[in-house]
Amino acid sequence: MLEPASAPDVRPPQRNRSADRLRRIDRIGDGLLYGICAFACLLAVVALLLVAYEVVHGATPAISKFGLSFLTSTTWQPNFGEFGAGSLIFGTAFSSFFALLLGAPIAVAIGLFLSELAPKGVRNVVAPLVEMLAAIPSVILGFWGILVLAPFVHSRIEPFLHDTLGFLPIFGEPQTTGASVFTASLILTIMIVPIIASISRDLFLAVPRDVQDGASALGATRWEVVRGVVLPSTSSGIVAASILGLGRALGEAIAVTQVIGAGTQIKASLFETGDTLAGRIANEFPGAITELHKASLFYCGAILLVIGLVSNLLAQWIGRRFDYAQVAK
Amino acid sequence: MSPTELSAGFDPTAPLTPSGNLRRRQFFSRFTEAGATGAAVLAIAVLAIVIYTVVSRGAGAISWDFLTTGEPTGIAPALVGTATIVVVATAISMPLGVLIAIYMTEFAGPRTTRGMKTVLDLTNGLPSIIIGLFVFGLLIKPLEKQMAFAGSVALAIIQLPLIARGSLEVLRLVPGNLREASDALGVSRWRGVVGVILPSALGGIVTATILAVARAAGETAPLIFASSVFDATKVSINPFEALPNIPVTIFFLSEEGNPAGFERAWGASLVLISAILFASLGARALLARNRERMSR
Repeated sequence: MLEPASAPDVRPPQRNRSADRLRRIDRIGDGLLYGICAFACLLAVVALLLVAYEVVHGATPAISKFGLSFLTSTTWQPNFGEFGAGSLIFGTAFSSFFALLLGAPIAVAIGLFLSELAPKGVRNVVAPLVEMLAAIPSVILGFWGILVLAPFVHSRIEPFLHDTLGFLPIFGEPQTTGASVFTASLILTIMIVPIIASISRDLFLAVPRDVQDGASALGATRWEVVRGVVLPSTSSGIVAASILGLGRALGEAIAVTQVIGAGTQIKASLFETGDTLAGRIANEFPGAITELHKASLFYCGAILLVIGLVSNLLAQWIGRRFDYAQVAK
Repeated sequence: MSPTELSAGFDPTAPLTPSGNLRRRQFFSRFTEAGATGAAVLAIAVLAIVIYTVVSRGAGAISWDFLTTGEPTGIAPALVGTATIVVVATAISMPLGVLIAIYMTEFAGPRTTRGMKTVLDLTNGLPSIIIGLFVFGLLIKPLEKQMAFAGSVALAIIQLPLIARGSLEVLRLVPGNLREASDALGVSRWRGVVGVILPSALGGIVTATILAVARAAGETAPLIFASSVFDATKVSINPFEALPNIPVTIFFLSEEGNPAGFERAWGASLVLISAILFASLGARALLARNRERMSR
């Protein structure tokens, strides 16, 4: 720019061949990078759609045969070609909601401990340990469930609950083994607590410090700060986290099928055997011979898919309305 | 009330302990603190009990033979099978996950990014048994045979959102001035990504991948569809046949109800759980070191 314009021997701009080549390579490189990145994204979207398509496609024979009565019918007799998922839907909801009822308060308490009470050193040890609980494979948790948890539950906890709270129909007579909806719920609780705990810890940590300090300065005790400031400002996030945990519990197959005892009836008592949608698929699919049997299991999967997608979207929608989470992200 | 009257009820020598209502409130606060601490202790106790059970019951089964021979004495084919399935899955999911993260940070606008995030969250929320049904319908039913590759595809779908989200987080942490410096030097987009951004985010990407591997290694449900009828006597790494693998082995042994089988299942559980816990601990250590270096 500062070149003297009057310089006599200004050479005409010469095209530098190697710079030219470089520019061409860069143009191709940029296009290529954009192309494969966009392709990867497209593949992820296609994979999700394909999952939905395949599951519904596999269920088509059962959908056209049973229609919506599949959802309410409770007969499941593979030998007679009669299938209905009523008792499975009940078992899925029963075990998962009980697990959430048990797990959500514990998980929120852990989140509060990690964010409000624990000093940094303790938090840095406890938080990874709690998350490690989520890293235990479900098949090992289920195996532990049958051999260790179920006998203990059967000999100690079930009789105790029946004796003290037996007037409630959900705490009925303990059965012959520990394989029950109750044991399955406990295993599900162990699985969802770390999920809800780590999300709620992040939520609580995102609550501005000065608002909490303001409450303390007004004379609020620690609990009153939590009750008056922390929990109200994070409530929708906690709900979203709980829904995510619930979604996880609804879809868990392996551990549940190991401990729930593959019952076929709707029983009000938690101590009876039962079965869930996911558990029934894991249990019967390898041995399913007839097309209709397989298609019915696919139908169960389709129900599960719809529940899973809806609960996930619901959690995202609730979570998005939450302000501090946006700040934290 | 005159000042003298007020000070009449006030004893300056009395100890400063709360009374009445304040005492009740503080007691309740302590009580809830104890409850929260108790919840954390409970969670860690459950973890400790599970790990203690697996170690104490599995240690007896572990021997050189157990780790190096096939059925009926050992689990070597299942170990090799699980490794093969997970390696193939990671080879699919890691490049895709990183590319998706690059797209979201380097190319996409805010709306596309939000959409992709939703897609990843939905994929992450899919029950693994559904993904099993999917690969059954997509690969196993049309080809009419089980193969480990189908299991790898399923595990790759499970890993993909984990790797993409993890990579996204570290790519966002890459300092803006690095990006600007490379732009200012006239470096093209792709050279900037390959030469500057990816290397500085590599640690975080590796961490995310290890965590995803740990998650996939214990996944059982898809493998019941993809790779459950196998020959567990010989070691094979051919992904186009059904390969024996640890999770399905544990699952079948646990359903059989045979005490000798239980012992082998505990042994296999011990091998699996220690691999997974060491991997996630290592990943965490790597992440902590990486964060430190990036924040410096």
